[in-house]
Amino acid sequence: MAFFNFHKNTFKHGIHPPESKEETNKLPIKQFPFPPVIILPMGQHIGAPSQIVVREGQEVHRGQLLAKAGGYVSVPLHAPVSGTIRKIANVPTISGKMSQGIFLEAFPSSTQEVLEGEPIDPDTATPEEILQGIQNAGIVGLGGAAFPTHVKLKVPDGKKCETLIINGIECEPYLTTDHRVMLEQETDIFTGIKYLLKATGARKAIIGIESNKQDAANHLNKYIPEGLPVSVQVLPVKYPQGAEKMLVTATLGKEIPSGKLPIEVGVVVVNVATTAEIGRLLPHGQGIQERVITITGPGVRKKGNYTIPIGTPLRFVLEQVGVDEEISEVYMGGPMMGVAVSNLDISIVKGTSGILVFTKKDIKRSPKTYPCIKCGACVDACPILLNPSKLGILAKFEAYDEMASNYNLMDCFECGSCSYVCPSHIPLVQYFRLSKRIVRKREAEKKEKVNA
Amino acid sequence: MLKKTLDISSSPHIVKGRSTEYIMKNVVWALLPVVFFSIYSFGLNALLVIFTATFASVLTEHFLCKLSKKETTVNDYSAIITGLLLGLSLPPSFPLWMTFVGGVIGIALGKYIFGGLGYNVFNPALVARAVLQAAFPVAITTWHPAFLADRFTTVSESVFTFPFMEPHYDAISGATPLSAFKFDGVSTSTMELAFGQVSGSAGETCAIIIALGGIYLIARNMMSWRIPVAVLLSAFLLSGALYIFNNELYPSPVFMLLSGGLMLGAVFMATDMVSSPITPLGLWVYGAIIGILTIVIRVWGGLSEGVMYSILLANAISPHIDSVIKNRVYGTKRKIKAA
Ligand code: SF4
Ligand code: SF4
Repeated sequence: MAFFNFHKNTFKHGIHPPESKEETNKLPIKQFPFPPVIILPMGQHIGAPSQIVVREGQEVHRGQLLAKAGGYVSVPLHAPVSGTIRKIANVPTISGKMSQGIFLEAFPSSTQEVLEGEPIDPDTATPEEILQGIQNAGIVGLGGAAFPTHVKLKVPDGKKCETLIINGIECEPYLTTDHRVMLEQETDIFTGIKYLLKATGARKAIIGIESNKQDAANHLNKYIPEGLPVSVQVLPVKYPQGAEKMLVTATLGKEIPSGKLPIEVGVVVVNVATTAEIGRLLPHGQGIQERVITITGPGVRKKGNYTIPIGTPLRFVLEQVGVDEEISEVYMGGPMMGVAVSNLDISIVKGTSGILVFTKKDIKRSPKTYPCIKCGACVDACPILLNPSKLGILAKFEAYDEMASNYNLMDCFECGSCSYVCPSHIPLVQYFRLSKRIVRKREAEKKEKVNA
Repeated sequence: MLKKTLDISSSPHIVKGRSTEYIMKNVVWALLPVVFFSIYSFGLNALLVIFTATFASVLTEHFLCKLSKKETTVNDYSAIITGLLLGLSLPPSFPLWMTFVGGVIGIALGKYIFGGLGYNVFNPALVARAVLQAAFPVAITTWHPAFLADRFTTVSESVFTFPFMEPHYDAISGATPLSAFKFDGVSTSTMELAFGQVSGSAGETCAIIIALGGIYLIARNMMSWRIPVAVLLSAFLLSGALYIFNNELYPSPVFMLLSGGLMLGAVFMATDMVSSPITPLGLWVYGAIIGILTIVIRVWGGLSEGVMYSILLANAISPHIDSVIKNRVYGTKRKIKAA
């Protein structure tokens, strides 16, 4: 209830789902076994797919370039293991679409040492060189967005980046990867921040952490290197604080104008695991081969935080950790914004932050929906201050244009808070996702007509 | 070997786990003490009236669902709320056949023709009561005294009036504090009002029990606190200003708050989610309209009570409040825009 909304250190509205992190947040990151075959789809990130530069039958070394960036908004892919390229063929992805992919069969008993590349020195490199280095390392937003990081870091002409915000919020229930990374990889994080400050020209960095990870905040505070302008800001726990807009408002009290990026208010936000990856890879000129993933949920036996090679098939992962016979739903990402997996033959990709396994009895969603009773719970939850009730009704009438023009549909970022609280169990986010897609399509068509 | 097929669903994959049905059930619970007090103070009369109103509402809801070949919606509790509220807003010795008609009208005209739960523009119980008021102006303003000695053993003659007949009233009939003040200039003590020692509609007499029900629902986040606060505050301020202006002519603001149906209306009727606005500012405006109108009708209108009409009027404009008063969307300037 918004009785006391005077708190400065936060954003408006939002929700408090059960955190469900206690089962994995004390478990140190463990190395996951290598699968016999790695399957790497090319379209792992937002933007153009990577372009394959190897051929079938070729032997590759761990860390070797397998595919180069397919354009500016794209990143290369590196071999997560040493092995032989068995096949290049279409592979399924989580979206249901097929994508070109590489089947890489691992050598059974090699040392799996990683190939070194051209190191980048944070003290002497120019911002452009750092951005290039980040792209060469194949780095995308590891929080789940999988947007190429070098594009995000590029400050547009005429804009200035004042503050770099490192996102250690991890507001999705169940997930504990960022938490463990902050506790275990402080050196990489601070090195990464050094690169990021240089690349963006920001004068200071703030690491935003929710108060349920006070130990991580204390840990990082203790190890801040001499002379690095970094501070740790602990924020009250609230979903969806990890969203860029909410985080900027919570830390700095500024609102990002509708339809704009954080740079509009002089801010660049980077996920903490992405930062650690930059700090780990750039000094060696290496490419990303693995990432930390929380595997949890009521259906998992060996819950934990694991470093897993990119391209590891999901089926292999689940077989290794052991899952309940009765699993009925598997999500990639958190329970609020993650995507349900329809097919276990997809692979772990760079954007996979968590794997959640639920059995039938853990799914509390009720199939029964009621009409909207205008209780206002969704209005009180929406962090963007939209009116999901009205939007939901309009969606039913397919009044998409009105949704966009009068009710700011396009500002909805699908956080799911409205659906989470709705007592009538109306699938609001599902409606909005669809409506947004239709509005975008109509706009594109309109543009085409104008251009034709 | 792992299963081949998985269920897929749209995010979010977890939910708060509170259902509309559960909220409605809690509203019923919050109303029960009011019902008990009503029976305690008005005896069998109130029991019969409340039961009949509820029975008629539920029956109508069930019948209409069957008629349109839909699954019955009786178990979402909303028809029970309508019935209880109707019963509580009627005079305790109101004829049962009229009560029954009211229950049918509330569901059929107040809710069903709009499309059922969630689509009604007005509070169904108030629609029913407004129709009854128009159809039976005498019966609905004939009050029954509270705490009669024989209230648990005898039922007033009027209650069992034959259908389509005008009721006969016993010699004793009470005046409500509001009508006593308005028409005879007699005032009632605050204590009597707060603890329901007075005459009035079956469920409106004990302000304290009503307020407790509201506090329960607000504490459980099942009711907007803004509506009752806005209604009571605006009524208090306006009647307070009048009282300061001339305390001979106008009753005290405390009397205004505690008497008549204001408490019941502010807590349980104006707060009907479906027929009230949705944004915080909209709720304030809506509540203030009800509070101010109630006092205006009470002081200057021909009736001694004005809560019902005020709420119905505010219900009617609530969709417009919603389309004019919107939240300021994150990252935008405030946009108040006529629809
Ligand atoms: S939470 Fe659901 S029932 Fe309540 S107003 Fe929003 S959409 Fe309607
Ligand atoms: S999904 Fe969209 S409408 Fe729903 S709460 Fe999040 S931002 Fe608001």
